[in-house]
Amino acid sequence: MNWNGAADFLAMGGYGLYVWGAFGMVALVIGLEVAQLALRRRMLRARDAGGIGTDALHGG
Amino acid sequence: MAILTTHPHPHPLPRSTTNWFAWAAPQRFYPLAGRMVVVFALLAAALAAIGLYIGLVVAPTDAQQGDAYRIIFVHVPAAWMSMVIYVAMAFWAGIGLAFNARLAAMFARALAPTGALMTFLALWTGALWGKPTWGAWWVWDARLTSELILLFLYIGFLSLHAAIDDVRRADRAAAVLALVGVVNVPIIYFSVKWWNTLHQGASVSFSKAPTMATPMLTGMLLMALALWMYCIAVTLVRVRTLMLEREGHTAWARQALEAR
Repeated sequence: MNWNGAADFLAMGGYGLYVWGAFGMVALVIGLEVAQLALRRRMLRARDAGGIGTDALHGG
Repeated sequence: MAILTTHPHPHPLPRSTTNWFAWAAPQRFYPLAGRMVVVFALLAAALAAIGLYIGLVVAPTDAQQGDAYRIIFVHVPAAWMSMVIYVAMAFWAGIGLAFNARLAAMFARALAPTGALMTFLALWTGALWGKPTWGAWWVWDARLTSELILLFLYIGFLSLHAAIDDVRRADRAAAVLALVGVVNVPIIYFSVKWWNTLHQGASVSFSKAPTMATPMLTGMLLMALALWMYCIAVTLVRVRTLMLEREGHTAWARQALEAR
């Protein structure tokens, strides 16, 4: 075992800022990418539900 | 030969047991891709969980770099993916250009944002690794500069695509850019050999045994696989969204949107 408790783990031998800055940015970017895609899909569905162009197909 | 021609097979096989081209039709590929997203996302999560455990808990502190070296578990996977995605993007762009294939062009377009993000992450995590080990966030050496050029290539691809209204013409123009830019990938890869650089050489290569302790190597490879699976999953989600956006007027896309 490398670590003596949570504080020791978070300190990363004095390099905590660098290590967590790197891992944190990866997590942030992945989170934002997934959220952006989910939002885009929701907007697409909303456009389909009430939007322009549906009349031509459904309304005749 | 005569037997074959005079007596046809009593149970003729169905004409297309595996017609792979059929899957290139968006309405066939869309549901398949949806199932693949689940598989790749689960693989990514499982591999990342094991990889993070090995990288942050099991792997020992490095004798020279202390715990700063642990940035390797995200830096190397992101850097590998930035190059792998570029090659994949250029490949699909080339297929789209050569065969006028809609789905291939959509794949190229879907890969670009994820590739750009991986390049950004490689640069960001590299800066955070460079500061404690080299004493500098950034140096203008061959590895770092060619990776920065890769980021500009992704941004150029996306900007050019966005600048052209006709989506099929945008696909073709951006494809040419993607194909020209592919020369940068071997430059990034071999830059640490060809030029004098601060950046350390490859820890893993095809020609020699890895220069890393086993848990470090295992953790890094697991994280690389996890990120690879994530990139496939997120690209499939984006390609499905692009399909609906581009083909929103068709009956199949309308049904797909209403289904869920």
